[in-house]
Amino acid sequence: MKKKRGKQKYDKEAIFFLLPWLLGFFVFVIWPIIQSFILSFTNYDVFTRPEFIGLSNYKEMFEKDRLFVHSLGVTFRYVLLSVPAKVTFALFIAMILNKKLAGMGIYRTIYYLPSILGSSVAMSITWKMVFSHYGIINQLLGYFGITPIGFLSSPDLALETLSFISAWQFGSAMVIFLSALKNIPTELYEAASVDGAKRRHHFIFITLPMLSPVILFNVIMNMIGSFQVFTQAYVMTSGGPVDSTYFYVLHLYRSAFEQFRMGYASALAWVLTGIIVIATAITFKLSEKLVYYEN
Amino acid sequence: MKKKRRNNFFSHLFLLVGAFIMIFPLLWLLSSAFKNNNEIFSADFSFIPKTITLKNFKNGWYINPQYTFGHFLGNTLFLVGSMAIGNIISCSLTAFAITRMNFPLKRVVFRLVMLTLMVPSQVLLIPTYLIFSKFRWLDTFLPFIVPAFLSTQSFFVYQLIQYMRGIPKELDDSAKIDGCSYFRLYLNITLPLTKPALISVAIFSFVWTWNDFLTQLIYLNSVRNYTVSLILSSVVDSTSLTNWGALMALTLISVLPCIIIYFSAQRYFVEGITTSGLKG
Repeated sequence: MKKKRGKQKYDKEAIFFLLPWLLGFFVFVIWPIIQSFILSFTNYDVFTRPEFIGLSNYKEMFEKDRLFVHSLGVTFRYVLLSVPAKVTFALFIAMILNKKLAGMGIYRTIYYLPSILGSSVAMSITWKMVFSHYGIINQLLGYFGITPIGFLSSPDLALETLSFISAWQFGSAMVIFLSALKNIPTELYEAASVDGAKRRHHFIFITLPMLSPVILFNVIMNMIGSFQVFTQAYVMTSGGPVDSTYFYVLHLYRSAFEQFRMGYASALAWVLTGIIVIATAITFKLSEKLVYYEN
Repeated sequence: MKKKRRNNFFSHLFLLVGAFIMIFPLLWLLSSAFKNNNEIFSADFSFIPKTITLKNFKNGWYINPQYTFGHFLGNTLFLVGSMAIGNIISCSLTAFAITRMNFPLKRVVFRLVMLTLMVPSQVLLIPTYLIFSKFRWLDTFLPFIVPAFLSTQSFFVYQLIQYMRGIPKELDDSAKIDGCSYFRLYLNITLPLTKPALISVAIFSFVWTWNDFLTQLIYLNSVRNYTVSLILSSVVDSTSLTNWGALMALTLISVLPCIIIYFSAQRYFVEGITTSGLKG
């Protein structure tokens, strides 16, 4: 069954197990990546042959495309608003749930539920109704004599509303925090209490440092997700009002599939990748002094 | 002791209020779906409709002149089901090879799987669209199903690798001594032991595909092939103010499958997230 080749024994059958992955990886991952890279230096409208134009797409973005610069700003603001809110909510709720209260399982189930439905079209529609002019939120505010607020229809508020809605899906981060909290040895807290530490000291000097790698993980995962936001804006606001929720991926989508500028959209995708890589690297760098690794 | 009890009381109060806020939009959706059109946005809101009506469901079901909503549910179920099956088969084969077999460049393969995890889907979006257009696969379900059978969802491969690593190797050795082939080892020993992780893959695959929108928007054009996401989005674009009730009913129907799966397979969701840090 096994064949000797040099010192290592290889299993010949491995090729059958790996065949689907090999095919998938070359046809749907590597080949598209190469193609996308090449396309980003071309002008291509699907119907005529791609025309090589060098760095023009990249130049156009920064020099001529006002919507690109604008969508970048909108997306950054969204990331900065939604990620801290999400991670803070998640940590806060996880800390309370970790108290081993009765019914903890039920709470966890409910708090995670929104993350299952996530950014689906159905939930986006529901939110759109809830926050609409005559929607339930404005009705409730009406009881307090507050005139209807244009949560999604005012350019000053729409982005904040979308960020708030995304913070509603903190479930995955919460579950990760919960399992990390369970792994903090209770001896640490006991020893600190013996030394006279107060409850808030526990949080600052034990919980936060012990959780810091997980906090970093959650921040990065949510950040990457937030840079790629699409469905909510497409369904709830179509990028409006006055482009106030015109996210980066919406710009990419319109360039590619409404204007059929495949080359330009490919360049947009690569710039997004670059931004995500840089943002992740900066987050790592900033956290270097803050994150405590046990080993 | 007393202080602790009071503390717990406040924690419970806080958690209850929080839980209500979390499911508030869903409760609102549930009640609106059974309300008359003019009651949905009427000024005196109550969770229990004044007159409970099923009219919205009837109107919603026939909202498209050509196809019933059941047709779109069927499309989505077919897509979701075949992708879940594809992911289970192909990703477990890959994970088995990486954790159980010896082959050249094994470490490279593992790294490439991890690297695929990091590639933003937007980079692949346009070239894969062009590939499918060349294959003449646009406006069919093939752009979804074929990649699922080719182990392209690295999240799932990674999750299965993590799980299979925990299965003791001694089992393999004794099976091999008994003359068990790798394929039988995979099918009769490893797969049954990996069942919890496989279920987790299946339900995440289900939920993600069900909720997906961007790729469906790009690949499927004709109404005949629309999924639930697509028909909902086209209805919301065209809905005049008179049809909100029907839209609410359809929205309710389309969140139900995920909710049902969640409540019946909760433990696998939690397991899936904690073993691999999957996004939700």
